[in-house]
This record gives sequence, C-alpha cells and structure tokens, in this order.
Amino acid sequence: MEFNPIIVKFVYAAIVVVVIMTLCAYAVLAERKISSWIQGRVGPNRTALPIIGGIPLLGPFLTRLGIFQPLPDGLKFLFKEDVVPGHVNKVYFIMAPILSLVPALTTVAVVPFGQFVTKTGEVIPLVLANVNVGLLFLFAVSSLGVYGVVLAGWSSNSKYPFLGGIRASAQMISYELAMGVSVLPVLLWVNAPGKEGTMNLFDIAQAQNGFWFAMWMPLSAIIFLVCLFAETNRLPFDMAESETELVSGFHTEYSSFKFGLFFVGEYAHMIIGSCVFTLLFLGGWNPLPFVTLETLGMDKGILGAALSVGIFLGKMCAMMFLFMWVRWTLPRFRYDQVMRLGWSILLPLSIANLIAYALIIFYLDTAL
Amino acid sequence: MSIVIKRKPLTLMEKLYLPEIARGLSTTFRKLWEKPVTLEYPEQRPTIPEGYRGVPTLVKDPEGREKCVSCQLCEFVCPPKAIRITPGSIPEDSDYAHVEKAPQEFDIDMLRCIYCGMCQEVCPEEAIWLQNQFSMSGYTRGEMVNNKEKLYELGGTLPDEHFKWRKKKESAEKGGGHH
Repeated sequence: MEFNPIIVKFVYAAIVVVVIMTLCAYAVLAERKISSWIQGRVGPNRTALPIIGGIPLLGPFLTRLGIFQPLPDGLKFLFKEDVVPGHVNKVYFIMAPILSLVPALTTVAVVPFGQFVTKTGEVIPLVLANVNVGLLFLFAVSSLGVYGVVLAGWSSNSKYPFLGGIRASAQMISYELAMGVSVLPVLLWVNAPGKEGTMNLFDIAQAQNGFWFAMWMPLSAIIFLVCLFAETNRLPFDMAESETELVSGFHTEYSSFKFGLFFVGEYAHMIIGSCVFTLLFLGGWNPLPFVTLETLGMDKGILGAALSVGIFLGKMCAMMFLFMWVRWTLPRFRYDQVMRLGWSILLPLSIANLIAYALIIFYLDTAL
Repeated sequence: MSIVIKRKPLTLMEKLYLPEIARGLSTTFRKLWEKPVTLEYPEQRPTIPEGYRGVPTLVKDPEGREKCVSCQLCEFVCPPKAIRITPGSIPEDSDYAHVEKAPQEFDIDMLRCIYCGMCQEVCPEEAIWLQNQFSMSGYTRGEMVNNKEKLYELGGTLPDEHFKWRKKKESAEKGGGHH
C-alpha cells in the first residue's frame, strides 16, 4: 500500500512537534524534580488528575513523581494576565517570544530520530527533511534564536532586559565560532576522500558504527558541549537571564503566555542541542561503540525503527539530564570570564584541535 | 581586629577547571540519592520544643471545672490588649459556688496577640496556657478572635491534681483556717 509522501510527511511532522512539545513540558518537570532532589527537597508532588490520580498505588505514585504537574503549569501560562507595559515597542515586543521559539522548532526538521531498514536492506532515515546541508542548516537557523532574546531585550525598553539582550548577542557571537570550528574534525573524518561530500546529520550518525566521535575526538566533544551550554543560555552561561544580577534578564517585562513561549523555547533549544550532540558525538542510535543494531540483527522493520528511536531518545534524555545536573551544580560565570573563556581559551583551543585532527586524518587517509 | 585570609593560588588541576567541575558533579550526584531533609508540612508536623509559646488557650482541671476565675489580670497585663473578659458569677447551686466567679465571655484576638506569654505568667489560677499550636488562620477578622468555647477546645485539660478550690471548701467546712 502506497501513501502519498506529502501526507506521510505531514503526519510525521505533527508527531515530531507533539513529541518535542511534550518533551519540553516534561523537561520542565524533570528540571524541577532534579533540582529538588539535588537540594534535598521533594519537588512537585501534589497535583493529581481526578480519575488517574484515584487509581490505588499507581495514582499516588504518579502524583508523588509530579507526572501531572506540566498540565497546570501550562494552563497557568495561558490564564494569567498578559501584561504589555506601556513603555515597550509593541510590535517587536510581541514578535520576540515567537522568534525565539520558531527557530528551535524549525531545526527539528533536519534532525533524524532514527532509521528504518526495509526488508531489502534499504536504510531510510526517520527525518522530516533529509537535506545534504543538514548541519549547516541547523547551525544557521538555531543561531537565529538569539534574535528573539536580543529583540526582547531591546523592545522591552528598560535597562535590565536591555543588558540581558546585549549579553546574549555578545555571547552568541563568541561561542558560535568555537562551536563551528570544533565540529570541523568530525566533518573532515566523515567526508573521507573518495566519498560523496555530506553534512547530513544522518550520515554523520551512521559513520559512527565503530568508535563514537566523542571517544576519539574528546576535545572536540568537550568544546562543542561547552559551546552548546552557552548557545542554549543555560547555567553556567545564562548571562542573558542571570536573575541574581538582571532581575530575570531579557524576559523581565514578559508575563503569561509570552513568557511561556520563551520558556518553552529555552527547553526546545536544549532538546535540539542534546539531539545534535548525540548525533555528532554519541553515535546517534548505535547502542554501543562497535555494536550497531545491524550486528545485533535487530535493525529490520518496525521493531528495528522503534528500537533505534528509543536508543536515540534515551541518549538525548541522558544529555538533558546532564544539562540539568550541571545547572544545579555550577554557579554562574562572571560576564568577563565568559568572554575570556570564549575568545582566549575555547577559540584557540578549537583551532589547534582542528589543525591537529586535520594532520591526523590526513595521515590516516593517505598512509594507511 | 581584621583577619586577612590570603587567597591560595590555584593548582594546575584547579586551573583546568574541568576536573573541579567533575568533582562538583559527583557531589551533586551523591546528593541526588539522599533522603529529602524537608518536612511535608500539613501531613508531617515539626516536633515542638519544650517551653514553646504557641496560641494562648484556657484549660480545665481534671474534674472538668474551668480554672479561670475571671480576675482579669491577664486582660490588664496583656501588652497589645488582645484579651477581653466579661466576668460572670457561678450559680448558687453549683458545686463550685464558693469560687464565686467565672468568665462569662473570654475573647482573645489572635490578630493582636504577640505570643509574649505574660498572661500565662500572671495568671494566679494557672488557667491560661500558651500551648503547642503554632498556626492560626482564618478568612475574616471575626474568625481570628478565639471565643471562650474555642479557647477551651484548644486548651483541653491540665492534668494537675492540686484541686486548690476543693481543699479550700473542705477546710472551710471543717472550720479550719487556710488549707
């Protein structure tokens, strides 16, 4: 039975967006729970839905885990009063939260979530847009997310959001460079001579059927990870928000649903960042280094596809946990420290790393 | 005298920063599994230390007699004037007619009370006690005024087998002087 490919894509897009939004909601819950556990608290443990919460044993257990918490959290954003202060530039003020969420959801298009192997052995990537410039597209669009922050800071027309916006843009410029340079060794290795050149995230993930890139390019992985933290404005790099210095930075003047969009945008960025790190350095959907689903003989059909998506999402959740774990461990950097780290440590380091790996890969490709 | 603590120069490992981050992460990871130190308040209550001064209450003696004789000393001593007593007499046919007086109304305005405990200190009958209850809440100002009924409900019985007034009565009947 043949489906219209456009309809299939629509269905897949709907699924992806729903999954990403659900993940965002539960990432917020996970953040609250993890922070409370690290701080010796219990965290959200009261919200119960009428029927499910009433099931003996399971209901109280889920309530205690706070499983139902995202729903009232979201409703709160919808029903609170939406204040637009008189001194703001209304057009940009309303545009900013949308601009910060849209790039995060757009980048999802090029992120593959798994593979589907047909009976004949043909490998189909589970991705919305299997474009050849995947990684480049992703970098380009995800950087646009900073416009939301900068615009919010500027259009709020008050000093703390303004400072937050300025910091966000400076930080973005500083870390984007090191981030871009740090993935070049990966691309050098994937685009070996004699092969067709590619920046497709699916191909990069498939190339890690042996060593994962995090294992033999650890420095690249670390630099990329640090830059990822900076790009997503997470602690210890949350210069744009830094609530102890700037009230709450760029979204000080925002309330209700507009604030909710920023909030979801931040977590969507985190999720996409985790996905990209998993694809680039943690072997995508390969269960273990040197072990692929094919060697296990479990790569065929729907089951194989579900397994690959499961492994991928598992790794992504582990990355999300790392994001939260770091947030509740490290204090915020000072602004000048952030700049120094970006320009005088990470950038030279990533360039040196690139040169070193260029030589190594040249040696491996020619001498062996 | 001020003490100057010299900041130690960082070692190489500390300057690399990443090992120290790993150390911090391991600390928080251990904390992740530890039991919460918080109290889940409405269900779990803190243990109240001895001598705690909570909400002032009125008590009865083990025979069920209200100890207050409405001398109004607490009313006079109360710094924020939270106590208001309307004295009344004990009916002639009561067992305790010789006590003569009991409060007809006894109101403590908990919006005024400062929990100083002077009422308890001044009471000659040991009838008013600041007990363990620490939270008072209500929707109206009226609800925050504890009347006599509420005060006895909160106070309960003081298990003190002294029975001063019974002894007074007995010694008076036997023609003796003071007990």
